[in-house]
Amino acid sequence: MAAEAYAGLGAWTPEALGAGAVLPVVSAPHTVLSRAGAEVDPTDEETVRLAADLIATMRVSPGCVGLAAPQVGVGAHVFAVNVTGHPKAVTVHGTFALCNARVVEATRWKAGREGCMSVPDLTGDVKRASRLVVEGALPGSGELVRLVTDGFEARALQHEIDHCAGLLFLDRVAGAHAIYQRKVYL
Amino acid sequence: MNELAITVIGRDRPGIVADVAEVLARLGANLTDSTMTRLRGHFAMTLICVGPSAAEVEAALATLTADGQLLATVREVTPDGETAPAGEPYVMAVHGADRMGIVAAMTRVLTEAGGNVTDLSTRLVGSLYVVVAEVELPPGAAEPLAVRLTEAAANLGVDVTLRPAEPDLL
Repeated sequence: MAAEAYAGLGAWTPEALGAGAVLPVVSAPHTVLSRAGAEVDPTDEETVRLAADLIATMRVSPGCVGLAAPQVGVGAHVFAVNVTGHPKAVTVHGTFALCNARVVEATRWKAGREGCMSVPDLTGDVKRASRLVVEGALPGSGELVRLVTDGFEARALQHEIDHCAGLLFLDRVAGAHAIYQRKVYL
Repeated sequence: MNELAITVIGRDRPGIVADVAEVLARLGANLTDSTMTRLRGHFAMTLICVGPSAAEVEAALATLTADGQLLATVREVTPDGETAPAGEPYVMAVHGADRMGIVAAMTRVLTEAGGNVTDLSTRLVGSLYVVVAEVELPPGAAEPLAVRLTEAAANLGVDVTLRPAEPDLL
């Protein structure tokens, strides 16, 4: 697909997905977190429901700015993100879900300390691109979108895309002494 | 189940980790938390493991320490070693010209502010001395502590920064 076929989020809102259910979040070492998720049909009813469930679960989880399908036990290439109001966020696209997303451009790598709902007792220093271009499909319409973002939203997108590929932040830590016992719980 | 604290240190060479870990695995000692690093050409390991008695581990490690190149200690510890989180995580970084007492003075300031050092490493390269410490601070302690650290650092002729190490939950 040529790049010009992709657009931003446009008029898409999460309400288009309908109300979702809050699902339990699984923790490592659950095997679903270590397997690459399957590509999905973004127009499929099941995908739409999954995206709605991810957004519903993300909304009720304190401090959660992103949630990927493997984290609710589903090995699929779908995730939800919302970094609205985060102090490190610069560009913010609001609440959205993407299917089959991939990174097409990643620059300006910066280290930051990450925690994950699925790894509740550890944090780690991970280098991520702070300028990012991501392409994926919107659940429901299946419309292809190209998001250009930066800062914290870029970090969140990379973290969720990793989840869809079966990778945790633990797979990307900067070194042997870059993992820490998590001390503060939200 | 015994919980053991083990230290092993010796002139660095390839295979120390594999050798020690193999001895422990053969004994059924489950290596839980550990930290291992190279310090000035010595490889140092601090391990907590669960399983056999201290005497069994000591005897098994004796095969590795027999040539005098490695020094190992084993002691039984109480398994209930977990401490409650004391507060908010911060990172203190100190650097400057090497002199006696930098770690002592700076960590004393941290302690007096109610801080708890949970991880610390130092490096001396040439005349440059670097200290990086992870510390848990009581709520509201960071700002006045930063002032006191700056004063202590000025007395030592070194620089210090204190910054929050709060992780972002993704």
